[in-house]
Amino acid sequence: MPIVRAVGLSKQVETGDARLTILDEVTFDIAEGEAVAILGASGSGKSTLLGLLAGLDTPTTGVVSIAGTNLFELDEDGRAVLRSQLVGFVFQSFQLLPALTALENVMLPLELAGAAGAQIRAQAMLERVGLDARVRHYPKQLSGGEQQRVAIARAFVREPRVLFADEPTGNLDSATGAQIIDLMFELNRERNTTLILVTHDEAMSRRCARALKLVAGRLSNGE
Amino acid sequence: MTFFQRNSLALRLLWRDWRAGEITLLAAAIVIAVSSLTTVSFFTDRVQRALILQSNQLLGGDLSIISDRPFTSEFAEAARTRGLAVTSALRFPSMATAGGESLLTDIKVVSAGYPLRGEVKLADALFGAERTTRDIPAPGTAWVDERLLSRLSVKPGDSVTVGRLRLRIAALVTQEPDSVIGFINSAPKLMMNDSDVAASGLIQAGSRVRYRLYIAGETAGVDEFRTWAQTRIGAGQTIEGIRDARPEIRSALERAERFLGLAALVSVILSAVAIALAARRFLRRHLDGCAIMRCLGARQSTVVSLYLVHFIALGLVAAIAGCIIGYAAQFALASWLASFLAVALPLPSLAPAIYGLAAGVLLLLGFGLPPLVTLSQVSTLRVLRRDLGLPRAAGLAGYALGFAVICGLVLSKTQDLRLGAFVLGGFVAAAAVSVVLILGLLRLLTQVRAGGGVSFRYGVANLRRHAMANTIQVVALALGMMALLTLTLIRGDLLYSWQATLKPDAPNRFVVGIQAEQVQPLDAFFAARSIAKPVIFPMVRGRLIAINGRTLSSTDYTEDRARRLIDREFNLSWAERPQPDNRIVAGRWWDDPAARIDQLSVEEGIAATLGLKLEDRLTYDVAGSTFEATITSLRKVEWDSFRANFFVVAPPRLLEGLPVSYMTSLFVPSTQTATLNELVREFPNVVVIDVAQIMAQVQKMMDQVTNAVQFVFLFTLAAGLLVLYTAIASTRDEREYEAAIMRTLGASRRQIAATQLAEFSLMGALAGLLAAAGASALGYALALKVLHVPYEANHWIWLIGVVAGSIGIAIAGMLGARRVLAAPPLQSLRRIA
Repeated sequence: MPIVRAVGLSKQVETGDARLTILDEVTFDIAEGEAVAILGASGSGKSTLLGLLAGLDTPTTGVVSIAGTNLFELDEDGRAVLRSQLVGFVFQSFQLLPALTALENVMLPLELAGAAGAQIRAQAMLERVGLDARVRHYPKQLSGGEQQRVAIARAFVREPRVLFADEPTGNLDSATGAQIIDLMFELNRERNTTLILVTHDEAMSRRCARALKLVAGRLSNGE
Repeated sequence: MTFFQRNSLALRLLWRDWRAGEITLLAAAIVIAVSSLTTVSFFTDRVQRALILQSNQLLGGDLSIISDRPFTSEFAEAARTRGLAVTSALRFPSMATAGGESLLTDIKVVSAGYPLRGEVKLADALFGAERTTRDIPAPGTAWVDERLLSRLSVKPGDSVTVGRLRLRIAALVTQEPDSVIGFINSAPKLMMNDSDVAASGLIQAGSRVRYRLYIAGETAGVDEFRTWAQTRIGAGQTIEGIRDARPEIRSALERAERFLGLAALVSVILSAVAIALAARRFLRRHLDGCAIMRCLGARQSTVVSLYLVHFIALGLVAAIAGCIIGYAAQFALASWLASFLAVALPLPSLAPAIYGLAAGVLLLLGFGLPPLVTLSQVSTLRVLRRDLGLPRAAGLAGYALGFAVICGLVLSKTQDLRLGAFVLGGFVAAAAVSVVLILGLLRLLTQVRAGGGVSFRYGVANLRRHAMANTIQVVALALGMMALLTLTLIRGDLLYSWQATLKPDAPNRFVVGIQAEQVQPLDAFFAARSIAKPVIFPMVRGRLIAINGRTLSSTDYTEDRARRLIDREFNLSWAERPQPDNRIVAGRWWDDPAARIDQLSVEEGIAATLGLKLEDRLTYDVAGSTFEATITSLRKVEWDSFRANFFVVAPPRLLEGLPVSYMTSLFVPSTQTATLNELVREFPNVVVIDVAQIMAQVQKMMDQVTNAVQFVFLFTLAAGLLVLYTAIASTRDEREYEAAIMRTLGASRRQIAATQLAEFSLMGALAGLLAAAGASALGYALALKVLHVPYEANHWIWLIGVVAGSIGIAIAGMLGARRVLAAPPLQSLRRIA
């Protein structure tokens, strides 16, 4: 059974009188442990697709199932629970909570799910991403690369079955970006996580086993 | 861009911002500040105008001399020789009886020609048609007010007895000149003809009569008479003219204006905080627009002037709305406070509205301009890079204009540099202490937060992150809550403490004006009704005229009370033994009064006020004859006991031969009040004063004043809540964004709501704690300094403050932040990131 399945996924938005189609009848499967890139130019709908796959947004039509559960048969809270159990995120702009320390940021998903030993696990995860010296620092005291490492630690600490990464190196210089990508793929291999990576960078997409190419809201034949 | 184009663009921007809800909070802050200011100033303006427009109506003439003894004929003659009209009146408290009921009444005896200025209005029945009269009550008749009719259950045409005289009630007085403000004089009123006084037998030794001479005529003649009279009047006599009309109303008005004005200022200061917060939010929301305008070639000055016009127009519109609310709200103040004034209030002038408009616009500019200036400095690069953030904020120095506006408002309210500085200093100091306290508590909470659950921990983290902004919110809310706690809990406690100092069997009636020949019959009267024979004290009314041979003048003293004591006669008594509740605190009581008669025992409080000490020789004037005696002891008196007590007591023989009357105090159970009516029938000249009634009047007055103050403080609470709401609104984007991240990490709505609940209830608890501390301190100060009662600390106030604060703020906060929970996470992340 595929871990992620999208069937006939469409998203349209009303803009005044007009109807704008952002995604149009997208269908694909992703197998467990696979690394897949969603590739496309700006405005091709790739971030919208990621949002739908993660249940952060609702489609106009179509179905997304993760580990066999249809996301849109659940309510918002049901999707949140599912995310806390199965899904991790890495964003382009890190999206750390500024009020919390690095350690607290990593502990947060564990605590939200009521998991035991949050602090020890978060600490270990931060050591794994090489930030053992920075656990008590606040996001604003960390460099961009360090912040993204915290975000990766936060994503992996729950040992998700699926990791969504939205342009994870978009806000980093190329050397730091390369280190972050290496780290993500290492963790992906170590933990057999399914990696779904949104990028416009062809080079990065080549590191994935497969690339889904979006053109104007549709999957191009180059899949 | 032409002037016209710019203004029209500014107004179009304003309209669009209004439609988009971008300026609702700024407008609300201005409306609250202006309405609270103008409520008070419209009301005080009406009273001021009443004083100006009706000054001779209030005076009853162009000039009036008040005296505590009859005028010699030279005054009236001097006025008549200058071609001036003259009339006189006298006034005293006495008992009026009808149908077996008796009532302490304020009697005014008038002569032909009264009033020389102003009018008396009469009606023939309660709520009947009013008519103006130029007459005075005919001999044998009386005009009474509505309170006397209702309290004695009589109507025009019935009879009422004063002293030995029976008068027919000819009319109901609905308006009269020179009525007096203040609760003491709010006894029911009766006006009668001068020719009936002798027959009533009411004026006897010890009667508290105020004589008044009214003068009217050509200004030159009046001025000349005034100059002449000034050299003739003595102690206990004062001249009032139109210019200095009704000093008691003026000083009451000034006090009310100051107090209510300062109360209103608290809401202005809170509104200023809300304006500053809302303007920062406005800045953040308009950065992009400004960056684009700059890109399209707008100069900094264009951007500034565009938004300046925008702000001034907004300030004016909101301030007009505030003035309208203030105008409506002043009617509420007038309904509580005007009953003390006995003056018909004219409509207010435009001055308070102009004051309100100016204050509104200046407040908006003072606290809105600093972010506005920042707006003009926005980098055009922001068009390309949204993450450039905010231009450098202007900092505290940017708010100099705002501080200046607040200082100006405080000074305009206090009319006194020292008091103004004191108020401002007090406010700044209180704010500083509160800020330090809250920051400390937040730090403490941060230490313990590791122990709490995730919601608590994250709530604390949120509070601490914007420590300064949150502290300002907490202090603002605490101020609003403190005002309410003080007026509800503390006020009740103080009243309770005060009433608790009275014993249940404390005397509840004073009987004064008893004549020497009535002392024996009065004893017999009580004996016949098996009422315990009360101690009857002799009373001699005298004026202190010299200390150690040095003649006194009220101008020797600065304290109001001391001046009054010098100007007025007060009661002396004599006794062989000190009263059981008096304690000698210095010197010795006369053990053998025969040994030396020129001794005095003085109450320590009055001694302190007048600067008297042991061995001082005091000279008294009693009805024209003087005597001298030495202070040989000082006494402490329990005034709260409501037993008869005297400031100055002499040995028995010293006051012999001087005009004397007697008084007593006694406890009359409510079942025996009919006895008092019999007493008044049998001794018609005595005056019975009902302590319970005076207490009820004091309480009613306090209630009305607190209602008025509470009403003004409602604006404070509204402003406090506005600060909270504005602060929530200004961090709403942040909250929404963080909630979205938490949602992507798998947080449920409930978890996010719990986090916010923790944050808001903690904030409310802190504000409640601070409010309880402030209200307790205020209650303590009021008890000790104003009411002179021991203060019973109310521990409930802490619990109520904290619980009510956290529940109230949690509800308000959750309402303000409910949108945060509603938006889908991706939408929030997209919109804000």
